[in-house]
Amino acid sequence: MKQSIRLAASLVLTGAVVSGTAFAADITGAGATFPYPLYAKWAEAYKASSNNSMNYQSIGSGGGIKQIQSKTVDFGASDMPLKPEELAKSDLTQFPTVIGGVVPVYNLPGVAAGQIKFTGALLAEIFMGKVSKWNDPAIASLNPGVKLPEQKITVVRRSDGSGTTFIFTNYLSKVSSDWAGKVGSNTAVNWPTGVGGKGNEGVANYVTRIKGAIGYVEYAYAKQNKLSYGQLQNQAGSYVSPSEESFKASAGNADWKNAPGFYLILTNQPGKASWPISGATFILMHKKQDKPVQGSEALKFFDWAYKNGDKTALDLDYIPMPANVKATIRDSWKQITDNSGKAIWK
Amino acid sequence: MEKYNNEQRMNRQMMLDKLFRNVTRMFAFLVLALLVGILISLVIGALPSIKAFGWQFFMTSDWDPVSQKFGALVPIYGTLATSLIALLIGVPVSFGIALFLTELCPTWLKRPLGIAVELLAGIPSIIYGMWGLFVFAPLFADHVQPMLIDNLGELPLIGFLFQGAPMGIGIFTAGLILAIMIIPFIASVMRDVFEVVPTLLKESAYGLGSTTWEVVRYVVLPYTKTGVVGGIMLGLGRALGETMAVTFVIGNSSNFATGLFEPGNSIASSLANEFAEASGELYLSSLIQLGLILFFITFVVLACSKMLLLRLKKQEGKAS
Repeated sequence: MKQSIRLAASLVLTGAVVSGTAFAADITGAGATFPYPLYAKWAEAYKASSNNSMNYQSIGSGGGIKQIQSKTVDFGASDMPLKPEELAKSDLTQFPTVIGGVVPVYNLPGVAAGQIKFTGALLAEIFMGKVSKWNDPAIASLNPGVKLPEQKITVVRRSDGSGTTFIFTNYLSKVSSDWAGKVGSNTAVNWPTGVGGKGNEGVANYVTRIKGAIGYVEYAYAKQNKLSYGQLQNQAGSYVSPSEESFKASAGNADWKNAPGFYLILTNQPGKASWPISGATFILMHKKQDKPVQGSEALKFFDWAYKNGDKTALDLDYIPMPANVKATIRDSWKQITDNSGKAIWK
Repeated sequence: MEKYNNEQRMNRQMMLDKLFRNVTRMFAFLVLALLVGILISLVIGALPSIKAFGWQFFMTSDWDPVSQKFGALVPIYGTLATSLIALLIGVPVSFGIALFLTELCPTWLKRPLGIAVELLAGIPSIIYGMWGLFVFAPLFADHVQPMLIDNLGELPLIGFLFQGAPMGIGIFTAGLILAIMIIPFIASVMRDVFEVVPTLLKESAYGLGSTTWEVVRYVVLPYTKTGVVGGIMLGLGRALGETMAVTFVIGNSSNFATGLFEPGNSIASSLANEFAEASGELYLSSLIQLGLILFFITFVVLACSKMLLLRLKKQEGKAS
């Protein structure tokens, strides 16, 4: 028996030695999947220029929030901003990094890309299953001259929880009181109809497979997969197509300065050229840093990214923050302190 | 001197034996401890949702993360329905495969066919899922589904099963993909047990003038029923817990629908989809409770098959 214990103990010890190898003090982050390709590219370039590395795990926004709350990472990332009171509760601060747009995509044989016009109210009715045929008068009256087939509309949406869903349902809630009352907005909602695809790629896939399908994906996915997306009426009443310019317009017209904790969802923003469904993706950090060195390294990384990362972002179809917003963000970093209350960002 | 040496050696060997016994026992108990540990952590995780929803959890089909109301009816139904479809299709086909391989197949074809079946078992499930979504679903939606909907959708009683839009994905497609996935498992178990039937018995039956079917029905099957049921249960267990392949083709909808072509959801697939982003205690806890339910379903299936086997064994004496 003694020998068996000794054997077991030595086994455990060997395991501990192997797994206990310490890692170098690099910045770690975890969270949203949507900005992952960009953060990975930024980290690569940052390492080349500063020799510091940033390790980001795309485990999803929900996971990112949990990880930063339990302080296992230096920063968390979320597509859905936390409300100011939630931030206060966990003593967190947040700031946006880049902006992405969500676009409605459809698969309608015989109708050219970008041809169909939607209003927000119409989108809500479609996604509620109330408008269920493509030749419904509600669609036809907005699209005179387009030959709409008598095809059943199949709604495609995300099956997994997602910041994309949050932005999209947030928009629908803003433009349709019916939607706000019955479905609401969150990273996952109780969809009244349709099929669910996993991830942007899952939705993109179903939309290309199913004739008469309509779905919503991140703009980058729609562009890269050449899905046909529709025009959308914005708050000012004009029909806009999703593009770098219309996302920028939406971000530029937003009032970041007066949004506590940058809690601002860029849906249904004013401005003639604004695309109505866009949203920023956010970084979460503790206001009081237990490890101030790690904290200031993380801030240095984002400072570097704001200065040098815009081109990379645009290449990957993300929209960088406008310059004045970046200044406001840097200003907000002053509230991040070490345990003695001294600001770690100078 | 020699005697002393022998004694020492004996002692050492006995010690080694003891050590060996203890180590193996430790491993065996480790499994038990793991099982109990998983069960306990599932129950603890599910407590908030058990408290909040009680039995309603099994009877409602709400799945509303916004207002934090959850009911498991749709995923439970989807899990059972897809597995049932998989068995309905998979068992006869596997039976045929095993039968052909052991009784009817020319010797030169036996090996290649047998290996092919075993290779099918080794394909990762996500490949089946992708094949189902990219290859099978479009073909099914364009060529088979419209025909089925037009011809069978109007029938009384069973018509409702065949209504819906021809999307190619849904409960039926998920069941079919599962069937393809479990066929190699069931077929290879069946083939293995069919092969152990003594040739003497079979030859005697043939000698008495039995047809191949009669030999299978009255000699092979009674001799191998334990193994056959075991193989089917192995397949069922796999079908109940399959995740990725189902996620791809089931449609992931939490609206209750009875039609075969309607999108649905299964327990494993909702877990895979929603766990990472589940926000709020009740949401997470409901998902964990779903896992607990799947645990119980699998447990009940295994227990039932064990009982079935015991009953079959008891009746063995009476029949002969």
